[in-house]
Amino acid sequence: MRVQLSTFDQLLLAGDEGEAAAFAMRLLVRFAEAVGAARFVDIEAAHIDGCLYLGEVSLDFVEHLLRLGGRVRVPTTLNVGSVDLIHPELFVGSDQVGRGGARLMKAHEELGCVPTFTCAPYQTIFRPRFGAQIAWAESNAIVFANSVLGARTNRYGDFIDLCCALTGRAPYYGLHVGENRRARILVEVESVPEEWAEAGLACVAVGHAVGRRCGDRVPAITGLPASTSEDDLKALGAVAASAGAVALFHAVGLTPEAPTVDAAFQGRAPEEVIRLTAEDLRETVRKLSTVPDGTPLTAVSLGTPHFSLAEFERLMPLIDGVRPMIDVYVNTHRAVLEELQRRGWEERLRAAGVTLVIDTCTYVTTVMRDLSGTVMTNSGKWAYYAPGNIGVDVAFGSLADCVASARAGKLVRL
Amino acid sequence: MTVRLEATTLVSGSAQAETLVLSEPLSFWGGLDSATGRIIDQWHPERNDVMNGRILVMRAGRGSSSGSSVLAEALRRGTGPAGIVLLAGDAIVTVGAMVAAELYGKTCPVVLASEADWAAITGAGYLAIEAREEAAVIEI
Repeated sequence: MRVQLSTFDQLLLAGDEGEAAAFAMRLLVRFAEAVGAARFVDIEAAHIDGCLYLGEVSLDFVEHLLRLGGRVRVPTTLNVGSVDLIHPELFVGSDQVGRGGARLMKAHEELGCVPTFTCAPYQTIFRPRFGAQIAWAESNAIVFANSVLGARTNRYGDFIDLCCALTGRAPYYGLHVGENRRARILVEVESVPEEWAEAGLACVAVGHAVGRRCGDRVPAITGLPASTSEDDLKALGAVAASAGAVALFHAVGLTPEAPTVDAAFQGRAPEEVIRLTAEDLRETVRKLSTVPDGTPLTAVSLGTPHFSLAEFERLMPLIDGVRPMIDVYVNTHRAVLEELQRRGWEERLRAAGVTLVIDTCTYVTTVMRDLSGTVMTNSGKWAYYAPGNIGVDVAFGSLADCVASARAGKLVRL
Repeated sequence: MTVRLEATTLVSGSAQAETLVLSEPLSFWGGLDSATGRIIDQWHPERNDVMNGRILVMRAGRGSSSGSSVLAEALRRGTGPAGIVLLAGDAIVTVGAMVAAELYGKTCPVVLASEADWAAITGAGYLAIEAREEAAVIEI
């Protein structure tokens, strides 16, 4: 199928907006034809996932665009990089990744991108408005923008996200289109384990089940705890997008396109109904740990996706007093760090044995000092990816369990 | 006897190789080691299998949007698949293969097969893909 080009698209292709924009538009046209888009649409913003150094190809692509004089045309945020530019001493990986990673982050700034270096751009001043057409990459950011904010993006990946930013255009298909945003699967959470004090555990368990069972079909979820917060929905989406290809979920009564079940399904019937019980959720959470209770830990890692200020507000009362026996890392971004400094919390966290990791994340690069044993996390996404990425065993638990285990030096549950 | 199946071209090129059939979708990011071509997702049924030089057959893509870079890097290094057959179109896989072709001239055809042919494709140990702009053919 041939994609329809506007006058502006044709000018882009002809090089009127520069050689880099022409190169980007050529890739976009082939991409649009591959995915069956009929035309392009203007975008308000882009989020780029190309700052993580995944080999020479990462740098080759951006340097190519810079040589062609590339410049982004819309406000463009950046996802995490391979190094913490605020704390470069934390990086203990290879020289090639350290140097290449830092250059890659800088090269994106030279294209005009904003150095946010966060996987939670939706919790910065660049939070998209309801209904905004955007081109975002990073699976957790995509699912959050679509689901929790009602902005509209497909699952853009490396390279194409930057092509959209350089042209201000995105192929109009998939979740850019209103009718494709309707739910297909009804996920009924029938009961939540009574012993779970935090809604976060239930949300991770539901997200994992949704990812495994829905693939890329849009689910509408009912029965989440009433105390479910924005950060809980963030955790749900992040694990759903790791265990499956979920780019949009509706949580009935919680997310903006799902005031009711009927609204989520746009008046149509569910293709499938999945029921989750407390025992299903317990089983899911059990399987996220690769070790039994009581196992000695080498570290705790929090903040995947990046910890928000609200999450720090929950963490702070838990950390004072007894110092942890093991390393505790919290990943977050620059805007949160500034606020922590303003409140005097950065110092309190350091005194409590917490290492703040900015601009990057503990499971995508080498910042953790000891990778020889088991690491505990409250992130379903971290638990899913870390064993393969950095070769650790993983224990999953609530935020409170993580803090208690850090003090005990072994996996304990409250 | 050779069977010729019609398919849709996502990324053009030609390839002939043994297949690696995945029983579940794979996220290249966190799932593929671009240095060796080995599947490292410890939850994946085909973990430790190597896709280097083989035609990867999987129903759909999955997971992180960084998969495009990992696939392109594997193709740059020569550890990637010779070709990819999908049942559902996947943008992350398509872009990774496209960029390797644009930057390095390394082709890895990506084609979309139809449901009716899926059993024959996953059952064949060896495939030939001829993917042109307008249409593709898979030979068993």
